Amino acid sequence: MSQPKTKKETEDLLELYRQMLLIRRFEEASAKAYSMGKIGGFCHLYIGQEAVGVGAISALEQKDYIVSTYRDHGHALARGLEPKALMAELFGKRTGIVSGNGGSMHFFDKKKNFMGGHGIVGGHISLAAGIAYASKYREDGAVTLCFFGEGAANIGSFHEGMNLAAIWKLPLVMICENNHYAMGTPEYRALSVKDVSVRAAAYDIARDHIEGDEVRKVREHVKVAVERARRGEGPTLMEISTYRFRGHSMSDPAKYRTKEELEKYKQGDPLIKAEKDLLAAGWAQEELTKMDEIILKTVEESVDFAEKSEEPPLGWLYKHVYAENV
Amino acid sequence: MAVLTYREALNRAMTEEMEKDPNIFLMGEEVGHYEGAYKVSQGMLAKFGERRIIDTPISENGFAGVGIGAAMVGLRPIIEFMTWNFSLVAIDQIINSAAKMNYMSAGQFPIPIVFRGAGGAGGRLAAQHSQSFESWYAHIPGLKVLAPYTPSDAYGLLKTSIRDNNPTIFIESEVLYGSKGEVPDGEFLIPMGKSDIKREGTQLTIISWSRALMYVLPAAEKLAKEGISVEVLDLRSIRPLDEEGILASVRKTNRALIVEEGWNVAGFGAQVAYLIQKEAFDYLDSPVERITQEDVPMPYAANLEKSSLPSEDKIIKKVREMIK
Ligand SMILES: Cc1ncc(C[n+]2csc(CCOP(=O)(O)OP(=O)(O)O)c2C)c(N)n1
Repeated sequence: MSQPKTKKETEDLLELYRQMLLIRRFEEASAKAYSMGKIGGFCHLYIGQEAVGVGAISALEQKDYIVSTYRDHGHALARGLEPKALMAELFGKRTGIVSGNGGSMHFFDKKKNFMGGHGIVGGHISLAAGIAYASKYREDGAVTLCFFGEGAANIGSFHEGMNLAAIWKLPLVMICENNHYAMGTPEYRALSVKDVSVRAAAYDIARDHIEGDEVRKVREHVKVAVERARRGEGPTLMEISTYRFRGHSMSDPAKYRTKEELEKYKQGDPLIKAEKDLLAAGWAQEELTKMDEIILKTVEESVDFAEKSEEPPLGWLYKHVYAENV
Repeated sequence: MAVLTYREALNRAMTEEMEKDPNIFLMGEEVGHYEGAYKVSQGMLAKFGERRIIDTPISENGFAGVGIGAAMVGLRPIIEFMTWNFSLVAIDQIINSAAKMNYMSAGQFPIPIVFRGAGGAGGRLAAQHSQSFESWYAHIPGLKVLAPYTPSDAYGLLKTSIRDNNPTIFIESEVLYGSKGEVPDGEFLIPMGKSDIKREGTQLTIISWSRALMYVLPAAEKLAKEGISVEVLDLRSIRPLDEEGILASVRKTNRALIVEEGWNVAGFGAQVAYLIQKEAFDYLDSPVERITQEDVPMPYAANLEKSSLPSEDKIIKKVREMIK
């Protein structure tokens, strides 16, 4: 996609850039807090993939649903979940988005139709089909967007979910964020195809495959799939190529890839791309710097909030194991 | 009072609930056009149409997940497993999604779903099609587990399960579908966590559930003729468990025998035995005993199959030993 031309287009890109920058800064702060032992468990960062989540989610309406993986920080922020509540969740505090029951991998926000962070690779794909199924059942016009990695494209749940979504023509958009590695396994050692999206042919559904370094381009393409779903024409399998600049999780030094490879992909950093486009469109560098400062402050405040929040009371241990019958 | 088969009672429960609540649908392999592999959903497609009685391909993991996803946004699915044997390929969804969703989301996403279908041993179906999984599912916090024996319990408990806001594992007995029993005419619900005294007695309590009661009840009858008075407690609800009911009976009879169709190691009866020794130790006149399926996959040969399962004879023999 070429540079923004009109003022409106520029402002639009600026907003997408702001969201990507928030994710980047939030993740950097999480990494720091993790290294200091303030965040426990697994912590999978989204750094490098921001254009995918922000671009895709910006193609949705409020009534639409998002289903995410354990790498859910970026998707949650792109959907507008409160950074404070997310950071507090990472810290395991009562003020967290799921009051300390979930941590990094299990963000949920019902008000925002953010249907979770799910930790079993690919397991959430049939859940997403089920949410889309409910939309079809009720004719509520909502579309479900499901993110997963290329590693998940090899699991049974993926195939069953795709087949069910296809035979029932569910309003589902499946986005494979192909960052080329499933933990330490490069895609060519695990996938029978070079391009995950060609598997759409096996289910006779629509497919698309794009590079995920330009946020507006991602949105344009996802929009096509979302509209197709909304028209009742069934699911789309999209592959969006991207790259994670960090290891699989905070405990992974990512020794299975070369420095050169990482450097090459960093050239395509979606934030740098958007920044360049904004500058070329006449935006002043200092405006962008100011924006960054505001974001940094927001993130700092969220860390501060998380830090100062209390842990959940021990009396909450058994809370929510079962739902009340009302 | 009407006399219904177990399958008819289940059918009536689902039909009545679906008539009341448009959010309920039934989904599974062969539930629609075929009217259920065991004919439990007979007539339901004709009544409710394809929108609400949904045939699926053979994809247990997939449609279990679809049900859970639909429940996340407020529908109330009934998911039929053709038999519980095939639930194993969906167990990830049942445990990792259904059971934990409410907890992981801090109460934002309750999962009002019923997983139901045929379970249990027998019928010479051999190792892969003949087994009881109550203990497996009872192990998981977040799930409720029911295993009715009579048609009226099947009716009352299924209705309760459908109305419950939690994932319920409803294990029907494959060999009981044709069994008959009186089911009261009006609507009634049976609460979870309430056992039923199937027979009063004074000298020993047999705790059992589902089709194992087919052996327990006649055994108790025969023992009564010998002058041994056995109380028979049908748990019906495995989780939640009627701890009070179990303890009250054992405190009365001072002896407990648990008869279950599942395997011995880490079986649910071990949990019941633990409860009894912990809370009613001083009342016990003999050690708590168990009769279970033998510790082998189910054999096909008629004689071996029979010998591997609990039986009237095994029960009578064990009770005599315990009373001595
Ligand atoms: C069923 C299952 N197997 C293994 C794991 C451990 N695991 C977590 S993430 C992961 C890699 C998945 O890679 P991919 O789907 O490509 O997503 P990415 O992490 O690259 O975003 C593995 C092996 C798991 N969580 N679930």
